[in-house]
Amino acid sequence: MRERDPVMKKMKLVMIGNGMAGVRTLEELLKIAPDLYDITVFGAEPHPNYNRILLSPVLAGEQTLPEIVLNPLAWYAEKGITLHLGKAVTRIDRVKRVVHAADGTQAPYDRLLIATGSTPFILPVPGKSLEGVIGYRDIADTEAMIDAATKYRHAVVIGGGLLGLEAANGLMLRGMKVTVVHIAPWLMERQLDDVAGGLLRKSLVDRGLDFLIGAQTEALVGDAADGAGGRVKAVRFKDGTEVPADLVVMAAGIRPNTALAESAGLHCLRGIAVTDTLQTITDARIYAVGECAAHRGIAYGLVAPLFEQAKVCATHLAEFGIGRYLGSQVSTKLKVTGIDLFSAGDFMGGEGCDEIVLSDPQGGVYKKLVIRDDKLVGACLYGDTVDGSWYFKLLREGRSVTDIRDRLMFGESSLGDAGHQGQSRAAAMADADEVCGCNGVTKGTICKAIKDKGLFTLDDVRKHTKASASCGSCTGLVEQIIMATAGGDYSATPKKKAMCACTDHSHQDVRDAIRQLHLLTIADIQRSLSWRTPNGCSSCRPALNYYLISTWPKEAKDDPQSRYINERSHANIQKDGTYSVIPRMWGGETTASELRRIADVVDKYKIPTVKVTGGQRIDLLGVKKEDLVNVWKDIGMPSGHAYAKALRTVKTCVGSEWCRFGTQDSTQMGKDLERGLWRMYAPHKVKLAVSGCPRNCAESGIKDVGIIGVDSGWELYVGGNGGIKTEAGQFFCKVRTSEEVMEVSGAFLQLYREEGWYLERTVHWIARVGLDGIKKRVLDDLANRKALWERLQFALDGEPDPWFEHEKAAVDTRQFIPLIPA
Amino acid sequence: MNSNDWIEICRVDDIPVLGARCVRRPAGADVAVFRTDGDRVFALLDRCPHKGGPLSQGIVFGEHVACPLHNWAISLVDGEARAPDIGCATRFAVRVEAGVVSLLASELATLALDDAPDDVAALAVARKVIAIAAA
Repeated sequence: MRERDPVMKKMKLVMIGNGMAGVRTLEELLKIAPDLYDITVFGAEPHPNYNRILLSPVLAGEQTLPEIVLNPLAWYAEKGITLHLGKAVTRIDRVKRVVHAADGTQAPYDRLLIATGSTPFILPVPGKSLEGVIGYRDIADTEAMIDAATKYRHAVVIGGGLLGLEAANGLMLRGMKVTVVHIAPWLMERQLDDVAGGLLRKSLVDRGLDFLIGAQTEALVGDAADGAGGRVKAVRFKDGTEVPADLVVMAAGIRPNTALAESAGLHCLRGIAVTDTLQTITDARIYAVGECAAHRGIAYGLVAPLFEQAKVCATHLAEFGIGRYLGSQVSTKLKVTGIDLFSAGDFMGGEGCDEIVLSDPQGGVYKKLVIRDDKLVGACLYGDTVDGSWYFKLLREGRSVTDIRDRLMFGESSLGDAGHQGQSRAAAMADADEVCGCNGVTKGTICKAIKDKGLFTLDDVRKHTKASASCGSCTGLVEQIIMATAGGDYSATPKKKAMCACTDHSHQDVRDAIRQLHLLTIADIQRSLSWRTPNGCSSCRPALNYYLISTWPKEAKDDPQSRYINERSHANIQKDGTYSVIPRMWGGETTASELRRIADVVDKYKIPTVKVTGGQRIDLLGVKKEDLVNVWKDIGMPSGHAYAKALRTVKTCVGSEWCRFGTQDSTQMGKDLERGLWRMYAPHKVKLAVSGCPRNCAESGIKDVGIIGVDSGWELYVGGNGGIKTEAGQFFCKVRTSEEVMEVSGAFLQLYREEGWYLERTVHWIARVGLDGIKKRVLDDLANRKALWERLQFALDGEPDPWFEHEKAAVDTRQFIPLIPA
Repeated sequence: MNSNDWIEICRVDDIPVLGARCVRRPAGADVAVFRTDGDRVFALLDRCPHKGGPLSQGIVFGEHVACPLHNWAISLVDGEARAPDIGCATRFAVRVEAGVVSLLASELATLALDDAPDDVAALAVARKVIAIAAA
């Protein structure tokens, strides 16, 4: 960034609106450029920034106003922000670059940020200005409702959408008799289908709410003599009927608050029109974020997309000029305690769509999944929403669900989920219960972090607590906790996922660029693709290194300093900093002399633990780093690559040589495969197995490539996985000869090596690109299969064993020798 | 602190670029010396403030190292963990003169002696006991 003369005055940033999106933008800005601006904030409300999403729990008496303040006054003072509370801005002078507030306050600006949010839509009916008629948007409205509940009996809420139902629920809990008037045929028609809407209505009727569905409001009647003045006393409908009402809450939708922007001549269409950099299209000095802004024609009303906008806007205000907001997909959850519902995408279905429906009205559970062209395009869940985030993920990724269609309805856990005891309702869990089994995070820890650190999004919670940051299977639970604790909606994510914070490019962008531009070093990639950091980070460097050596074998040079420690030291680091050593045993076979050497090494180097692995090998645990080279030498067996994103093991059963059931010589097949494929680096670890008959003793069904011998040949299965989510391999093909097994397996794995994203197992790669396409290129196109197989052999030819050929394998042996000061 | 007791450790070239070497001490845990791609050299106790992971084995990027156990990013400059993680690795003063890296003998002899590997394990056990007792 360019240097600023310290005596030069700082630039002036004025923000109109003091709500969540705007203040978040300031927070992001202050993080990256704390001294760039003198900041002035105008807020029409007399309060500092608070969590608007939690107004409903405040109304329901579950939280208090002080609890939902996000930035206390002290924060503004500490950051040196000039704060004008209770001052509505009435005019923007774009020529002189000054804003004017109603009380005469003026503030000049170099950059202006408009974050005026939205306003409730007030039905244009007679009586709309009567006393006791309010919208539902801010603290003042909430306080008016709480106050009315202490004095009056009858409330009418107009609008049976999300906001209206939350208001109705809150007023009812405060003792009012509440009628919800809703013009559409069922509740929350923009988020729910008719069945789920009906279930919701039934559940709310059971709680004591009344509904007038399809009723059209004609007028609000006042208590003055002519019925047109004073305080509201009834709502009259087109059919002439009336219901009593001492309080009328208009919750028939919100509109972006664009009046000020329009009066300043800024182009508005369903919101203030902004570009991908959140600048108004009319005036580049003026930015807009939040509910008032329309990005590509959409004004977002959920927190996650607004925070995404805030982040992008801040980088541009900071003059970094990086980042683009590309829009978000959103999903909905209702914040009425005890009612779980979720919807996303095209949940109504219709022409050309298939619907999978589970309906249990008695149990209060309804789920509908809408599928079009083999992809999940919509979901509507009522009563059991724990899989909402999973469905949302499938929906966003647009992946084919053909392979899981039969189990789709039963959720992610039906696919072999593990780690949190099958818990599906966070509300039912105690604080001490573990939510994230990978990282040992309890519900209490998550709640505390959310409250203490003001977290909103899933990403925030992952960063701070590590909950759901590893395998992700508890994501649904964590989201429920965020929902209950912060009211945050967590759901929106950028459409394209950047590889890491060093770049905006995705894994695919990088792989494509390496191939198209023939890039050969990490520095080349980072230069060509404008990396933000001087030499990447611990997340992108290993990926880049793999992409280089897999795309340009024998040409790109391996960079050991960009590999994780295990692949740099060719052993597995353990929690105490010692290492484990697993020598290769071809196909799980060993000999007396190998075992003798292993035993001698265990004695000589005082290795504390010796364990037989699941991959039919022997693991020596607790080896000191200084001893590694000598241990390898004394054992005299090849590296097992048990530490690498590479071919691990080929597990075998005994097969026809000994087994009375065996139909094929699986051990020999396994040994041949292992000798043919070892030293093969891949996007992630690769495991194979060969069974000699369909009894499948080698567990071929859960391997990246699993082979099962049958009387007439071999069956190949791909994409199996025995890890966090058990995935059964999918049938790939049947071949007759062992030569074909070699070639097909090799070609499949070469395609994975060339196309897979780093740390993507075969199962996830297949899910992303589709098995049919892989079959076409490996099975149907014989020439392509041969070419893949040849490319793999070219890559593997002459590859060194890192345990013995240190120099050729670029093993820096200095790492094994500690420095001892003289 | 006596600033005249610099003791030669190695040459800058003995440390891989974007890498580290371990310095063994008569007492106390190892010290890790790091080299950035601009040939700056830093020294930290070879123990991550999180779970005692050997920082010397991590990936060095910019002026940070990622702990090999749980990927905490530790600043080579001041030993602080990158937010939101909280913790600080003990720092050792480094002098580079004519391509030779030196540390202070006084610091090697006195800093962070109680943080030997066994103590880390013992500490973890103690924490667990306390946690169980508290529950």
